[in-house]
Amino acid sequence: MQTAVASSFMEKHQKTIKYLKKYWTLYLMLLLPIAYFIIFKYIPMTYIQIAFKKYSIVQSPWQMPWADNNGMEYFIKAFSNRDFIYALRNTLWLNVLDLVVGFPAPIILALLLNELTFKRFKRFTQTVVYMPHFLSWIIISGMALKLLAPGTGLVNIVIERLGFASVPFLNDPTHWRWTYVFLGIWKSVGWNTNMLRAFRANIDPQLYEAAAMDGAGRWRSMWHITLPGIRSTIITLLILSLGHILGSEFDRPYSLTNALVISASNVISTFIYTNGIRGLQFSLTTAVGLFQSVICVIFLFAANALAKKFGERGIW
Amino acid sequence: MIKTKRNQFGDYMIAFICLLLIFACLLPMVNILARSLSSSEALIRNQVTLWPKGINLEAYRLVLNDSKYTWSLAWTAFLTVICAIFSMFMTTLCAYPLTYENLKGRRFFNGLILITMYFNAGTIPTYLLLKDLGMLNKPVVLIVPYCLSVFNMIIMRSFFYGIPESLRESAEMDGAGPVRVLVSIYLPLSKPVIATLALFYAVGRWNGFSDALMYMNDRTYFPIQLLLYNILKSISSIEIATQEGFATNPGLTETLQAATVVFATVPILLVYPWLQKYFITGATLGSIKG
Repeated sequence: MQTAVASSFMEKHQKTIKYLKKYWTLYLMLLLPIAYFIIFKYIPMTYIQIAFKKYSIVQSPWQMPWADNNGMEYFIKAFSNRDFIYALRNTLWLNVLDLVVGFPAPIILALLLNELTFKRFKRFTQTVVYMPHFLSWIIISGMALKLLAPGTGLVNIVIERLGFASVPFLNDPTHWRWTYVFLGIWKSVGWNTNMLRAFRANIDPQLYEAAAMDGAGRWRSMWHITLPGIRSTIITLLILSLGHILGSEFDRPYSLTNALVISASNVISTFIYTNGIRGLQFSLTTAVGLFQSVICVIFLFAANALAKKFGERGIW
Repeated sequence: MIKTKRNQFGDYMIAFICLLLIFACLLPMVNILARSLSSSEALIRNQVTLWPKGINLEAYRLVLNDSKYTWSLAWTAFLTVICAIFSMFMTTLCAYPLTYENLKGRRFFNGLILITMYFNAGTIPTYLLLKDLGMLNKPVVLIVPYCLSVFNMIIMRSFFYGIPESLRESAEMDGAGPVRVLVSIYLPLSKPVIATLALFYAVGRWNGFSDALMYMNDRTYFPIQLLLYNILKSISSIEIATQEGFATNPGLTETLQAATVVFATVPILLVYPWLQKYFITGATLGSIKG
């Protein structure tokens, strides 16, 4: 009895040895990437406790004393900080605009490109509209500053020649918001159609032929074949966008902002940068960052659950 | 496909809309190019639209003679190559072992990696960690902290999944270990995905701005985007303008700014044809995994 257990144990052990002998190099390969994730993604998570503690430059996060109000001091401070409330409002405002205006744009463009019958022209259009995705926000803001400048920019020169008053695209908070959203569409609309196109390739071309046989026109086949075909991708992209409703890009608002529109352009990411890295209020800005991350995760889960409830695949 | 039911007029309308879109995408670039090539007098008088007025290469001469700018271009180019190579090395090391279905702990590693896609520590904790590691203001801070993108790793892994397992099995029969299988079977078959991802990483580094803004105070190691940002913003404050070494003549400042934008854009446009050839595969694979 005992020998049987021992031998089966040995057998198991030998199996492990054999397994490791064969695959140890795989673990060796994973060593560097896993170390990367632990050092640069997981260890920073231990620094999150700074949000609940009084920051001190000489102590490690574990040793810092707890903040007042059971550690919630900096969250209270954040929500009584006028700049943060504005940043929160602006982040939501810009993201909602991006979602409502910016989200349908690539879908419309994808449908448009799908209907384009001239093959070479279609390829050329794709080549051109994908390109802005690869330009940095700094370059785009540089171009936009020149192109949209009141008085000297090409767009405003045209507007003035047509007899209208020049538009302060980047120098007035309301106009700035729309310019911000429009430039976002300009940069990413082509690239986002690419994502949809990949799924469009899965649609059986015979469906279009059958629909045409039955007398379906352009709109009907678009509505009944193309849109249902790319629906699951649209849902996935929508979930991800909803998950980012309180997330904020940094380069985009930071490069487009100026002193005149700070009331509209100050978002959470720029708030963290100015008050944290520049202003050295590390506890406050860590608290703000934690709040943002948690809200993002909650929204992502909620959107995913909602999608599943409606019978979609979701993102996991 | 049967086209008889489709009306010709609609086709031309759609083509016309696309033409407008193409114009909207190209116009800003053509305008900035025209500005960079124009004389400062023409710029001040608002005569420049899509074609340069009073052709003058003064701005280009000045930019190329500006040691800070040319150094930054060269440094960023160097950094971009190093980053692309190092990131590809890390991405391959991460993606390949995870394709082995029977690797013990595979689910754990996958989970560990995927979590970081949805929850990250935040700007300040990362900044404080880099500070504690003593990496701030050193060139390495522009290479290592963002060297491995989970999204790109997933694209590579999906591509590896697409390679028939029978190839690996027959190599293993012949006594080849995982490393040998990777080097002699997987990597040669993965050239398109390697090219795509290397270009993605390279473009990301060339366009990278915020990490340099936050982690790098040493002006010697400013990448091109950060320098460009400083040059573009200098129009509102003269003191920085002179600090960046540019003249106070407003017309010349205008052409100079346009020329610096052109210089930072050209490398992207040069690699774009290759990017365009490959990214379709890349994005397709990415969306399969969702």
